[in-house]
Amino acid sequence: MIAYIIRRTLYAVPILIGVNLITFFLFFVVNSPDDMARMHLGIKRVTPAAVEQWKHAHGYDQPLLWNEAAGGTAKLTETIFYAKSVRLFMFDFGRSDEGRDIGHDIRQRMWPSLAIAIPTLLIGLLMNITFAMLIAFFRGTAFDLAAVVLCVMMMSVSTLFYIIGGQFLVGKILDLVPISGYLSGIEAWKFLILPVTVGIVSGIGMGTRWYRTIFLEELGKDYIRTARAKGLSERLVLFRHALRNALIPILTGIVAVLPLLFMGSLLLESFFGIPGLGSYTIDAINSQDFAIVRAMVFLGSALYIIGLLLTDISYTLVDPRVRLQ
Amino acid sequence: MSGRFIRHIQSGLMLPTKLCATFASRKHAVGNVWGIRRVLNTARPELCAAMLAVTSVGCGNSTPWNDPYPASQTGANILYSAFQEQPKHLDPARSYNVNEALFIAQVYEPPLQYHYLKRPYRLVPLTATKVPEPRYLDAEFRELPAGAPTGDIAYSVYDIHIRPGIRYQPHPAFARDAEGNYRYHVLSRADLEDVHELGDFRHTGARLLTAADFVYQIKRLAHPDLNSPIVGLMSEYILGLDEYAQQLRSISDELKRKQGASAFLDLRHYPLEGAQVVNRTTYRITIKGKYPQFRYWLAMPFFAPVPWEADRFYSQRGMAERNLTLDWYPVGTGPFMLTQNNPNLRMVLTRNPNFHGERYPDAGTPADGRAGLLADAGRPLPFVDKVIFSLEKESIPYWSKFLQGYYDASGVSSDSFDQAIQFSGQGSPEVTPTMRRKGLELETAVTTSIYYMGFNMLDEVVGGQNERARKLRRAISIALDYEEYISIFANGRGLPAQGPIPPGIFGHRGGRAGINRYVYDWVDGQPRRKPITEARRLMAQAGYPNGRDVDTGEPLVLYFDTAAAGPDSKSRLDWFRKQFAKLGIQLVVRATDYNRFQDKMLKGTEQLFEWGWVADYPDPENFLFLLYGPNAKVSENGENAANYANPEFDRLFRRMKNMDNNAERRRLTARMVDIAQRDAPWIWGFHPELFVLHHAWYHNLKPNTMANNTVKYIRIDPKLRAERRRTWNQPVIWPLVVVAVLVLVSLVPAIVVYRRRERAAAL
Repeated sequence: MIAYIIRRTLYAVPILIGVNLITFFLFFVVNSPDDMARMHLGIKRVTPAAVEQWKHAHGYDQPLLWNEAAGGTAKLTETIFYAKSVRLFMFDFGRSDEGRDIGHDIRQRMWPSLAIAIPTLLIGLLMNITFAMLIAFFRGTAFDLAAVVLCVMMMSVSTLFYIIGGQFLVGKILDLVPISGYLSGIEAWKFLILPVTVGIVSGIGMGTRWYRTIFLEELGKDYIRTARAKGLSERLVLFRHALRNALIPILTGIVAVLPLLFMGSLLLESFFGIPGLGSYTIDAINSQDFAIVRAMVFLGSALYIIGLLLTDISYTLVDPRVRLQ
Repeated sequence: MSGRFIRHIQSGLMLPTKLCATFASRKHAVGNVWGIRRVLNTARPELCAAMLAVTSVGCGNSTPWNDPYPASQTGANILYSAFQEQPKHLDPARSYNVNEALFIAQVYEPPLQYHYLKRPYRLVPLTATKVPEPRYLDAEFRELPAGAPTGDIAYSVYDIHIRPGIRYQPHPAFARDAEGNYRYHVLSRADLEDVHELGDFRHTGARLLTAADFVYQIKRLAHPDLNSPIVGLMSEYILGLDEYAQQLRSISDELKRKQGASAFLDLRHYPLEGAQVVNRTTYRITIKGKYPQFRYWLAMPFFAPVPWEADRFYSQRGMAERNLTLDWYPVGTGPFMLTQNNPNLRMVLTRNPNFHGERYPDAGTPADGRAGLLADAGRPLPFVDKVIFSLEKESIPYWSKFLQGYYDASGVSSDSFDQAIQFSGQGSPEVTPTMRRKGLELETAVTTSIYYMGFNMLDEVVGGQNERARKLRRAISIALDYEEYISIFANGRGLPAQGPIPPGIFGHRGGRAGINRYVYDWVDGQPRRKPITEARRLMAQAGYPNGRDVDTGEPLVLYFDTAAAGPDSKSRLDWFRKQFAKLGIQLVVRATDYNRFQDKMLKGTEQLFEWGWVADYPDPENFLFLLYGPNAKVSENGENAANYANPEFDRLFRRMKNMDNNAERRRLTARMVDIAQRDAPWIWGFHPELFVLHHAWYHNLKPNTMANNTVKYIRIDPKLRAERRRTWNQPVIWPLVVVAVLVLVSLVPAIVVYRRRERAAAL
């Protein structure tokens, strides 16, 4: 397995270079260094000299990918792409175009994101599995039908509706928790109740439907029939046999997204005023801060690769039939 | 583990008593409270809070459950406000944005400021002893009389005397040890190991403000690493600044080569001819030629004092890595100092204990006395101890929290306009009865800005000075019904513009004399837009009867470039199409991103565009220069976006721009506006109107669209606020009980069915 992990890690290097290249290409197709300079310098009284000075100060006065004027390897190294990308592979994100330390920002903003994402994931998972098992228990009944219809309805509602509705009902009408905001430290708890609840409720429809499908598939298999035939109660059949086997696809799916949890949720964080990473990339795109964009895309890609690797490993842990070679 | 990390955990363990009690009472429900305690000891407090969030409910203390602020702030003399966009720069040499001015204008004190109450806007001293009057010199530096012709004036000299006894805020950059050496000016990496924010430095100091600090800041405008947005403009005026910038560039490059990127460029060693220290309390600025508007610049943070110690302190290796820069932590003499800077969450201004003292103005307009704005006359400023700005990106939660009493004042978004504002029979805005019952009050002011639609005067169809194009532009100006636009898209918050100069600025003409007679008639004491038939008549005279070219018979197609892409702009763009369709003109909207829009403007490939301008200072020159030929966007990269060029207008502008405000200047300004109205390079659009709502506990609000340092004048009644918050935010618990009962009741049939199934026979 170690050889497999090493091989997969090595595969990640060209993938990350490719992602970095594509990000670079897409960003500079839309934004030229002149555009970036104008955006950062403001909209009033920006002179061409100021634009040139900004580009020089931020290293955007070099060619993008190939420096014809340089000699030898400098043709490649004295370019914006090389200068801005090579340190990423050491996970040194450098400074944003506004001068802030990106690594510091990420370290600071990931905790509020995690504070929402982890309870939302764990409680949501618990609730979705519980509801799915309940519906699977009553499969083929009117309750099953009603529950599926309800799930489809919940799936069809936009997350934005849950957010605004939740803020209106819980924060404004019932006055139970703050509508938005955040306090760091232990006092954050009362700001997390509503976004976590909204995150859970907005995911119930889809999650329950998905897990119900998995449970129903398991309940139709021979080993379940065998378990019933030997006289086990339905409770034991569900919990001891169906749940264990259904956990394989559930767990492997969850492991893949675990590393991405700290990237945050754009909508939840934006509406609830949570200072997480959810809007970090979007804000950077809007302000044409290439340093942040490339850092976040690189980080997201690296985490996604780690997630997929963990998924493969988790297969071997939950299903003894799987071997990594 | 970082020092900050440790402190957070420690503070996390010192839980408020009631929270601990709640936490402990849930012990059995949680199952393993000690397990959680262990996590509390090892994990970040945010994660612990997340666990508490799912295991606890409201603590039931005296503050409302939905109070977004710590209980310790209840009843405190704190002003609560919000910001929507994160500030990028807080360095006074770099910041040129209203969002940033909100913070730095409370910290930095330039020599002058605008009188809070008087209108029209008037400069008064702040750190200076008086508003400086320039001395004029000829090319040989010989003094000229005050009334010397502008052409004879080669230099204007401003001697600025600063008030004695002003001290900087406490800051580690000033801290000295027992021997008198600066404690934190030579720090090693090891010294900075446990430093993560400014508060981590144990010692602070302060010193008296000197004239050298003002000169130092003027030199900073030319610093190559700062990219000050006004260095280009100021180089045209401040003697030697252009050469100074070039000199600093080469010195800085050399210094960086020798000492690395964080080398400290000590500007004190490099004199600037146009900014010199005369003595400890006087400095001198020498301006090329005559530039009366320079006084207004002296009221902006660009010319606020900056101590060299701050630059020296922040330039040390390792500081920037910790986001410890002057761009992030300002050092000023103002009434407040920035004590928390987290632009992703909260910015906190705290009263500066060293503030020199200033008093609330004792004079204003006649209406100010009636409005109670002089009740605090002569009282020392500032009134509040702290200002907390919270990041609110979305308008809906912001508005809801304002109505709950958690923000003290608010603008009015379109979403909530009908809920909050109604128009009286006379057409004046007022709060709705519901809002009045809550004690809300409304303040309005026409802003010193303009939003307009421009014609590219270089375009073959709509541009140029020929009569055909001029009539076409005038016809379109009549057809675009900006009264309707303001009503639909701005909820009536705006004043249709008659020319480029907004109300409140010298040269603005109100009443009949001020109307744009090419677009409006004066009827019943009011301007009335000319009928559409008049526009069609002009179209026919221009050679486009019914919107078709008389020569080719083809319909006239015009192209409108805008950066307003997206579904939100659709209705507005449709409205523009309909307005042009009234004349038979087909309007093609070319919506694009801001970068492409900028490119088009710079290259002059647009035909029609929309643009706006917010005044830098209350002077007609700051608006009329937007139409000055040598300031054209395409040829000079200037701010004349329409590329308008009229020799007569330009000649008058050159005469008018350096004059003092007098009758002659008013006459010239009126003549220039007349020329612009006749040529119609812009469809004049409108001047937006500012609507501000505030609660009953909020006092002394008078919208001042020129000044940004107005927080010091605001007084609040924290006791009344706390009472109202409690009254307005009583938690409603019964729906939760109902839901819980419903869930329990619904479980009964499920359990019955389950037990029946368990007992049922297999066959």
